[in-house]
Amino acid sequence: MSLVHNFPFFSILLCMVAGIFSSMLKKEAAKWVTLSVSLGVLVLSAFTLHLTLGLDDNYPFMMGHVPAPWGNEIRIGRLEALMATGVSAVLFLSLIAGFYHAPAFVSEQKTNLYCIMVDLALAAVLVLIYTNDLFTVYVFIEIMTIASCALVVVRQNGHTLVAITRYMIMHLFGSGLLLLGIAMLYGITGHLLMEPLGIAVRQLVLTGQYNGPLTVVIALITAGLAIKSAMFPFHGWAPDTYAFAPPLSSAILSGIISKAYIFVMIKFFYRVVGMELIISQQVHQFLFICGVAGMIIASVLAISQRDIRRMIAYSSVAQIGYVYMGLGMGNTAGVEAAVFQMLVHATVKSVLFLSTYELINVSGDRKRFRYLHGAGYRNVPAGIVFTFAAMSMVGIPFTGGFIVKLNLAISGMAFGGWVRALVLIALAMSTLLNAVYFLHTVVSIYRRPTQELVYPAVDPMPRYAAAAMLASLLLIVYLGVGSEPILQVIETGLKTFS
Amino acid sequence: MLQLLYENLEQTVAVILFGIGFTILLLQRNLIRKIIGLNIMDTAIYLFLASMGYISGRKAPIVVDGVTEVSAYINPIPAGLVLTGIVVSVSFTGILLALTVRLYRRYNTLDIDVIALLAKGEDA
Repeated sequence: MSLVHNFPFFSILLCMVAGIFSSMLKKEAAKWVTLSVSLGVLVLSAFTLHLTLGLDDNYPFMMGHVPAPWGNEIRIGRLEALMATGVSAVLFLSLIAGFYHAPAFVSEQKTNLYCIMVDLALAAVLVLIYTNDLFTVYVFIEIMTIASCALVVVRQNGHTLVAITRYMIMHLFGSGLLLLGIAMLYGITGHLLMEPLGIAVRQLVLTGQYNGPLTVVIALITAGLAIKSAMFPFHGWAPDTYAFAPPLSSAILSGIISKAYIFVMIKFFYRVVGMELIISQQVHQFLFICGVAGMIIASVLAISQRDIRRMIAYSSVAQIGYVYMGLGMGNTAGVEAAVFQMLVHATVKSVLFLSTYELINVSGDRKRFRYLHGAGYRNVPAGIVFTFAAMSMVGIPFTGGFIVKLNLAISGMAFGGWVRALVLIALAMSTLLNAVYFLHTVVSIYRRPTQELVYPAVDPMPRYAAAAMLASLLLIVYLGVGSEPILQVIETGLKTFS
Repeated sequence: MLQLLYENLEQTVAVILFGIGFTILLLQRNLIRKIIGLNIMDTAIYLFLASMGYISGRKAPIVVDGVTEVSAYINPIPAGLVLTGIVVSVSFTGILLALTVRLYRRYNTLDIDVIALLAKGEDA
């Protein structure tokens, strides 16, 4: 075992240690520590990705002194390493682009707390990506919920309080379902580690024992994770939370944290119960229908918004619908497209939230579209970044969004009958609706203001923030142009995932 | 059917409690009642877990008097899980109560619908 084999563990530990030290440091130092932690995790994950690309299979890493069936372990494959690299890259760029306006939302004394929560959220995301133990999943999902609650409520106004109360109620309900599911699964199999669980579940399916409880377990865990990742009918908490949180928190929440839940769900499907059981229990059809409905209905709701941040929040729900549609197809190509969409959406949505803040900021802190006229001229880099990110949302070629839609359509073509029809219709309608509201926004930020509104002068955006946003933009283009190797990693990673 | 429910009394009670808890959590408008509902829901799961680990006639897995064979003790893992779960639910109750205090100071009511209306009114 070489040093690099330890890097996933180091990256988790690094975040947690940094969180502890951030509480003692000065305000500026804490910011620097958080920034360097995200860079450190990015480097460590990139090394891990390089290592796993050379390995044929994933490898387990023992946590503590007790070996696998009794002790805890993490398991590292190329899919996990790819996700960790993507997540930390997005977080790093978001922090550079977003940290400078934190003082507008986070009071002086709370800055350290904010840094701790960012570290904690990253640690929880990494654990959820790597872990191989179902109870660890539960514990770190709760830690992530606490961290995201603090990230939102640090902005002290009535809206965030109401939004976060709704958020907490829905998330705790979801955690309750998840925990009950895990408890029942432990009751019928006697395992919590995913490999022995998978063997035990297959045994149960073969002998036909506990068929009913197994169905209930799958339903409970799927529903719990679906609520937490804002799948369409359960998305009620999402728009307000994303719209009223500090922009950096919205970027982290919708870009990174919501993906961790879906990654756990894929892991549960592949490693614990097996995709065959999911298909024979028709759980995938439920996800598919919800995904399609979300893509269309959330887009319609996005059109009806007058506040730009709520519009982007609803579009986030619609984009999660794409992930669930891919996952719900049940074939490998669909899941591949879903994983790729998770990466694309993490990059695009975080930069959309951050550039929107810049556009609002140069329009006198007003979020309605009519005040945003001309914002693209008042802050040129933010306007360009927003336009390109919007193009990726619509699915213009040479952006990540195009590759996602292409792959979803190709994997939908593998089916006959209503599934193929539904996939194509949903993609077409959702593209059209996306075009309606994103092009409308792009047009309004480049339209000359009609009435002579007075826009107060604001300090220009720092150069490094603009550079970070442009780097995200390059990442979006890279995902659109150089997607082949990434798709290959996802394909081979999924083969060894279970 | 009734016989079956009676034989699995703890699990039956746990599921009923879970139902009561989540109904309160989702349907009550008063924030304090919601938090109580949440706690009932969590407690139900702990009862469910703890009852699975208990084997009647056996003792808690603490080695005393040199008895070391496994058959003398109950399964300790569910108890460990319950303890972890309790820690999680205590911290969540704390956070939710803190949020409730803040909301009450701001709006002088505990009714979530009224609070949402008042917050919307702040926009205008």
